[in-house]
Amino acid sequence: MVAYFLRRFLYMITTMIFISFIGFFIINLPPGSFIEVYQAQRENMGTRTAEAELEALKRRYALDQPLYVQYWKWASGFVRGDFGRSFQYNREVKDLIWERLGFTAIIATFTLFFTWMVAIPIGIYAATHQYKIGDNVATVVGMAGLSIPDFMLALVLMVIAQRVFGFSVGGLFSREYIDAPWSIAKFIDMLKHIWVPVFVVGTAGTAGLMRIMRGNLLDILNMQYVQAARARGLSEPLVIVKHAVRNALHPLIMLLGMSLPSIISGSLVVSIVLGLPTTGPLYFSALRQQDMFLAGTFLVFLAGMLVVGNFLADILLALVDPRIRYE
Amino acid sequence: MAKQAILVPTPAIEEEVLPQTAGYAKAANVKDDIGQLSVGKLMWRRFLRNRLAVGGTIVLTIMYIIIIFAEFFAPYNHLFSNSDFVTRPPQALRFIDAEGNFHLRPFVYGTTTTLDIANLIYIHEDDPEQIYPLHFFVKGKPYKLFGLIPSDIHFYGVDEPGTAFFLGTDRNGRDMVSRIIYGGRVSMTVGLIGVTLTIIFGSVLGTISGYFGGIVDTLMQRVIELLMSFPSIALWAAFAAALPADITTITRFFFISVILSLIGWTSLARQVRAKVLAYREMDFASAAKAAGASHARIILIHMLPNALSHIIVVSTLAIPGMILAETALSFLGLGILPPAVSWGALLQDAQTVAVVVKFPWLMLPGLFVILTVLSFNFIGDGIRDAADPFAI
Repeated sequence: MVAYFLRRFLYMITTMIFISFIGFFIINLPPGSFIEVYQAQRENMGTRTAEAELEALKRRYALDQPLYVQYWKWASGFVRGDFGRSFQYNREVKDLIWERLGFTAIIATFTLFFTWMVAIPIGIYAATHQYKIGDNVATVVGMAGLSIPDFMLALVLMVIAQRVFGFSVGGLFSREYIDAPWSIAKFIDMLKHIWVPVFVVGTAGTAGLMRIMRGNLLDILNMQYVQAARARGLSEPLVIVKHAVRNALHPLIMLLGMSLPSIISGSLVVSIVLGLPTTGPLYFSALRQQDMFLAGTFLVFLAGMLVVGNFLADILLALVDPRIRYE
Repeated sequence: MAKQAILVPTPAIEEEVLPQTAGYAKAANVKDDIGQLSVGKLMWRRFLRNRLAVGGTIVLTIMYIIIIFAEFFAPYNHLFSNSDFVTRPPQALRFIDAEGNFHLRPFVYGTTTTLDIANLIYIHEDDPEQIYPLHFFVKGKPYKLFGLIPSDIHFYGVDEPGTAFFLGTDRNGRDMVSRIIYGGRVSMTVGLIGVTLTIIFGSVLGTISGYFGGIVDTLMQRVIELLMSFPSIALWAAFAAALPADITTITRFFFISVILSLIGWTSLARQVRAKVLAYREMDFASAAKAAGASHARIILIHMLPNALSHIIVVSTLAIPGMILAETALSFLGLGILPPAVSWGALLQDAQTVAVVVKFPWLMLPGLFVILTVLSFNFIGDGIRDAADPFAI
């Protein structure tokens, strides 16, 4: 077990390294070096860039040297906390990124809890009452939730909130708290706002998880050991909770690591519509502006968060399902 | 257990009692069918029992027919701007006119336009004085069906200068019906292309990875983990943003679907692998191995059929996922770019609450996204239950 844990940990580190390769690849993906892009953008705005500044940039990112040197400069900067410079904002990337990543992580965590708390009980109910009214209602509602694009749901919620209840639900804080230092009141204010993105992002995930839970449990309920348990005279709740649900759960734990990326994805898109101070708006505008250092760094950080999530899910899976052995 | 169920000998007396006709569709008791009908028939019957799945199939069939013959069904050119009818609200199809007379042939009212000086927007109102009856198979703008067959027949239309904007117009006065139909062409095919690649890569690589384990598994898992450790929308957007700006619409569309499947196969592969990993430890796999079955036989005969319902469910779930992804990408301005239309690109017009409150019909493409995705989900669910016809 300990060896397995260590091996997974090493894998996690290697994955991080490969992620940084992909991040670097994406930074270099758009045609032309970003110095040229930078220069062109500055010229569009009517500013000429001084030769000295270009020289300094070139030296900082080792642009006149081969790719692996460039990569090394960039990646070792990561370790030192230097993530390069956003050309669009003309600021250090690290100043732009932290707070936004934090809010993204908070929304993701809340959403994850929301999803599991809602989806699993409904999934169990639907599977044990297959084709009954409750199952059909859950299926239809769940599928509707799965089928609505996040951003549309967010828009509709905002319109309803504005028209019917007369308040705006955008953002993560009320106006008076946006620049205020952290306090209990600010935290409560955040809780008042955060349910909208959590609900919107969580809807799709909940529906998906519920369907998978229902499917797994249905598969398990058809197995002979479940019939055997019933034949031995165990009570139905005991059969379901102890024998069936436990075994239906571990594919879900494998999904746990996978559901994080989709939650983050969802929150990225929703944050545009809801105007949240999270990663989404900054990331997509960076991509559209080809501000690749900002975009690449965001991507690597988001991926880093998810790798840790995956690692935890794998450990959890090995803990709950002793049947899975890795040679 | 599935295999054993079919081997249970059915009492001869029951065989005589049961009708053997194919039209025995409303089987009250599935149990009686097992052992009586072929697997295919059992599956088909199971599928038909699921009303939602059948409904989804019908809806999708109609929608695909419409987008295949988009030129015929779209009443207007989807790119044609009409400055006289900017953001005209949807026109109602009426049978009863202002005086209460019933018309057998439905009609639409004409439009009177006034300029609201305060807000500087045009206000379009129905004008009960002008009545334009709706005609079917009318001659309109010439087009070439599939780029080959020249024609000028459109499914419906009204005589000039009347207009038939049943879903309103956008901010350039372009007919929303036509735009939604042409947008459907992109949005409804992008997932199909993507998912085909996904199924091939996902199930093959997933089975190999789970079955052989060892170094193959480790390598494959690293690659999958690497790809899956990116939030998909973010990675898609990064690739889409790197597509050169000067490629044609078709090329862009193709690349977008390839980008979608580049990441899509990983989740399928992982789930197939999880199934195969569990099956590998089961007695039937060991028995097959002990009996001297080859790897190919164990995989193809013993494992894939068991994982089949899972593969099908996951991949039918992947189609709507891809449609939604394309919608989101285009909505963000990184997928299909105007003037090309897709449902996501159309929804770009409805990005703020202010617009949605003022021109709610600009959200209508979203309804078609939901309808399509919902239908695919219902069908996937129906297939899931049908793929395991021995379950009772």
